[in-house]
Amino acid sequence: MLSDFGIVLLAFIFAAVALMLVFGISWLLRPSNPTTEKLATYESGEDPIGNANIRFNVRFYIVALIFILFDVELVFLFPWATVFGNKEYIQQTNGLWGWFTLVEMFIFIVVLALGLAYVWAKGHLEWVKPDMKTPKFKSKVPMSMYENVNKKYTEK
Amino acid sequence: MNFDTLEKEAHIKTGESEVILTSLDELANWARANSLWPLGFGLACCAIEMMATYASNYDLERFGVFPRNSPRQSDLMIISGTVTFKMADRISRLYEQMPDPKYVVSMGSCSNCGGPYWEHGYHVVKGVDRIIPVDIYVPGCPPRPEALIGGILKLQEKVKQQKLADLKK
Repeated sequence: MLSDFGIVLLAFIFAAVALMLVFGISWLLRPSNPTTEKLATYESGEDPIGNANIRFNVRFYIVALIFILFDVELVFLFPWATVFGNKEYIQQTNGLWGWFTLVEMFIFIVVLALGLAYVWAKGHLEWVKPDMKTPKFKSKVPMSMYENVNKKYTEK
Repeated sequence: MNFDTLEKEAHIKTGESEVILTSLDELANWARANSLWPLGFGLACCAIEMMATYASNYDLERFGVFPRNSPRQSDLMIISGTVTFKMADRISRLYEQMPDPKYVVSMGSCSNCGGPYWEHGYHVVKGVDRIIPVDIYVPGCPPRPEALIGGILKLQEKVKQQKLADLKK
């Protein structure tokens, strides 16, 4: 008789044979005329230029770090929540257990919040916004027309 | 009996067991004709009609027509609208990037012959058949969904007449 692993082996062999059969039929039937254009990278019909690995703003790194900090904090809160309300511990310590764990967790959160305050104070949460540059060229359109538009929407 | 008679209107199912005798050509063509996958893109107002044809009222998927997002997976290109010279470059490349065998349905007057831009449109290709081979021309400006379905059915007829040996050349 087949063992359990024998069945798994049979499944693997069957999958491999079935795949080879299907690909084999496809290989027999299909026409094959590769051209350089056909083998080129597909980019919605545009010229595939440059590298797929692009650079992006380094500020994302800081934001990601801060996110991970509070992500991990949440992960620690879950096991804490399971022992916080443990009736046996509370009864054994006359209610002291609840206060102890609560204070402990608040200390932990405050330490992390201090970190956030530090990052905030250092200005790492500030995202530099692009400046509005006034055009410097001679034009028949008076500058006041642009100013009117800008003023209208900044006041809102 | 073969696939051809099976698809005829006159074919009446009797409930008795049937035997289908066929050739490899017919079997392959039957499969290909009933799963034409177009490259999912639209060019102009004809694309609106094309989308209506895909949608629930006309349901092109009844004919196995199912838009794909990559030319690698599609064997049909529906040119739905005005082909400008800027787009002609892309269309040509996308057509090249589709695997063989591939088919083109030219939908609407613009892609058939330039349409309203046939004389003075400095930017319009006067017929997409000047840049890629076209199998089916669907007339109309824009063609109604029924017309596009008619074009697809005509294309299915064409696909069913082909031979694998010719395609492999």
